[in-house]
Amino acid sequence: MELRPILSTLRRHKFTAWLLVLEIALTCAIVCNAVFLISQRLHRMDLPSGIAERELVQIQLGHIGKNPDAKAQTETDLAALRQIAGVKQAGLTEELPFSFGGSSNSGLMLEPRQQQPTVTVSQYMGQNILPTLGLRLVAGRDFQPGEYVDLDIALAALKTGDTKGLPQSMIVTRALADRLWPGKAPLGQTAYVGKGIPLRVIGVVESLARPNMLNKGPQYTVVWPIHMTSADGADYVLRTAPQDRAAVLEAAVAKLKQIDPNRVVLVKRTYDQARREFFANDRAMAGILVGVIVALLTVTALGIVGLASFWVGQRRRSIGVRRALGATRGDILRYFQTENFLLATLGIVLGMVLAYGINLFLMLHYELPRLPGIYLPVGALVLWAIGQLAVLGPALRAAAVPPVVATRSV
Amino acid sequence: MFGYYLDLALHGLKRNRALTALMVLAIALGIGASMTTLTVLHVLAGDPLPGRSGSLYYPQIDPRDSLGYVPGKTEPLDQLSWIDGMNLLQARRADRQALMTGGNVAIQPDHSTLDPFYESARYTTVDFFAMFGVPFKYGHAWGEADDAAHARVAVISSQLNDKLFGGGDSTGKPLRLSGAMFRVVGVIGDWNPNPHFYDLNRKSYNENEGVYLPLSTSQDLGMTHDGGVDCWGNGGGGNTPDHNSPCVWLQFWVQLDSPAKVAAYEAFLVGYSRQQKELGRFGRPPNIKLRDVMQWLDYNQVVPDDVRLQNGLAFGFLLVCLVNTVGLMLAKFLRRSGELGVRRALGASKRSLFAQLLIEAGVVGLVGGIGGLLLALVGLWLVRRQPASYAALAHLDPTMLLATFLLALGASLLAGLLPAWRACQIAPALQLKSN
Repeated sequence: MELRPILSTLRRHKFTAWLLVLEIALTCAIVCNAVFLISQRLHRMDLPSGIAERELVQIQLGHIGKNPDAKAQTETDLAALRQIAGVKQAGLTEELPFSFGGSSNSGLMLEPRQQQPTVTVSQYMGQNILPTLGLRLVAGRDFQPGEYVDLDIALAALKTGDTKGLPQSMIVTRALADRLWPGKAPLGQTAYVGKGIPLRVIGVVESLARPNMLNKGPQYTVVWPIHMTSADGADYVLRTAPQDRAAVLEAAVAKLKQIDPNRVVLVKRTYDQARREFFANDRAMAGILVGVIVALLTVTALGIVGLASFWVGQRRRSIGVRRALGATRGDILRYFQTENFLLATLGIVLGMVLAYGINLFLMLHYELPRLPGIYLPVGALVLWAIGQLAVLGPALRAAAVPPVVATRSV
Repeated sequence: MFGYYLDLALHGLKRNRALTALMVLAIALGIGASMTTLTVLHVLAGDPLPGRSGSLYYPQIDPRDSLGYVPGKTEPLDQLSWIDGMNLLQARRADRQALMTGGNVAIQPDHSTLDPFYESARYTTVDFFAMFGVPFKYGHAWGEADDAAHARVAVISSQLNDKLFGGGDSTGKPLRLSGAMFRVVGVIGDWNPNPHFYDLNRKSYNENEGVYLPLSTSQDLGMTHDGGVDCWGNGGGGNTPDHNSPCVWLQFWVQLDSPAKVAAYEAFLVGYSRQQKELGRFGRPPNIKLRDVMQWLDYNQVVPDDVRLQNGLAFGFLLVCLVNTVGLMLAKFLRRSGELGVRRALGASKRSLFAQLLIEAGVVGLVGGIGGLLLALVGLWLVRRQPASYAALAHLDPTMLLATFLLALGASLLAGLLPAWRACQIAPALQLKSN
């Protein structure tokens, strides 16, 4: 295919040609970044939580007035919950991975008097956490009963500075261990919180995600041997077979109300629901991005159709002349296709540069990683395909121009 | 002349319906998308208390120990501890001041048809109502004596009043809150500041408290706190910190009516910080901020990132639509070179041709604007169905309605400028000859 006639025609229609290039470039840049944003959202929605997601239900109670005997009541509640048919494990936790409702976080340090903490971890506290959530220990052990401290005693000890009332040990995730002690065995290592309170690692779980603030590292979590009560704001969590969840939830709520009617159920849901709610915004955003991509590609394709039709109309005579001079229909078709290909290529090259520019801007403002290289060839292929599809109609019409047009005056 | 040009423009637009339709569609899509996101941004970044927000300030101080302090860089804390809050409140250095925090109270209705339920509450001091200009439907705020006496009085929202008392005048009626008897002294009228500027630790939008009661009373009864708690040193744990712990969990707002008073208040905060450092309570040199409402919202980046991103995306889309329209308009105008040449040869000036073509572009813009408005209404309806907390607020107001048409008209005229100029450069003789 001879390129020179195409180029010389384009040079005579510089302005229109550049407009088309610009449109393709902008579309390419926005679509590349939008697809990248979608993939980021999908990745976020797909993060592992480390818990037995499909087997958990959660109940949060609100207590009316002060309860002088919250500890005893929590024990009664837990014992009663374990009696419910289908309940495999019952426990209490202050927070759950990827869910709204607050979280408890603290700075973890490698030295007792460090200026800035090494990582900000989220701490899980409550009762019977490992078996209930279904966490998998990869090293060490779970807490023994003697290691637990009650929350109120721990808080009082914090104030007096008496280390005896504070927990001495903790369980960390594998990701956190790798971050704090890369290449070393984490068991027996010590990290510090607050004003240099030491906590020794006695166990490592494979995975446990934090409730929110995922930008601090979704897997940087610890479990502390601190007992909480339902009145401290911790939630009851029950583990059961996936198909029994609805029944267990109803039975548990009824049981808790029966034990003490002077409480309000604030939250009752399966863990699936909690997770879905947490990522609802990401899902919506991904949907919006898909909509924008579709609209952009449609508008661009329609623009190409419009401009190509105009060119075909404008060049009817020269097409007729070419046909009269022996060009086949295929030649005319290929002419317009090649022209579109050239313009699309130029647009794509510009679009790639622009895509990186937009990405740099987004990285600066929205905690986004760098655009992976793979998006560029894929984006290029998509735009080439759309360009060719859009130009096909007008090009076919051009190929249908009969040679006799050359002899007519208009 | 205008009427004639309009006639010509309509005639011109009818000549090539497909191209015209494409242009209108592109403008409508671009305008629809950008107006949807712009409206959301406009609503979310709005002033929660127009007319008042300029004289409301949020004092921030830094009571932490010296660990991790970078002079000039470390921001002071976002809230106050109990001791500092009480000190600043009792100093009374501002025209008005209110100390407050959020919480949840259990409401136990007397009649048995309603189960007990939780309602979000604000524990605050008396100036809250006058300072924020809270309107009252029935009754009034509690008095200064009630704060001092830890009185069991409550102000409730009109929604809660509807639910509990059927919307009637409930002042003086008893109300059982978290196990204690209260007396209703006031019912708030239509008051719904968005963003929820005075406490951004809970939801930033559509967060309406149902119950307001004296801060002192809430502490007597050990009512649960709900919101952010930030501790340093060995403080920590528990969502309801006790009064001596090194934790911040209270918000403090002041009203300062003149720039001189603002400067004086800043000096007061510096002096207070210095004094507390000498007493050994603060570990850092004075590190204070005094932001007004809009600065405070800006500092907290209260408009969600996603909304900004969507807005940027929509304007990118509008740009593509505009480039597209420029191309199509150019095609359309150049195609009519013959007609334009004839008009030039018959004595029409370049300027009148230019005006005629721009009017044609403007008509496209207006029709596109109407389409864009319809699409924006659909878009906002879709936004309202989103799960975000601000979703319900997304409505078009008259300002944005006007903005839609201005944007559409401006965009299409801008898009028409270059093509119209190009089309006017035609030499009339050449066009006549070739035909």
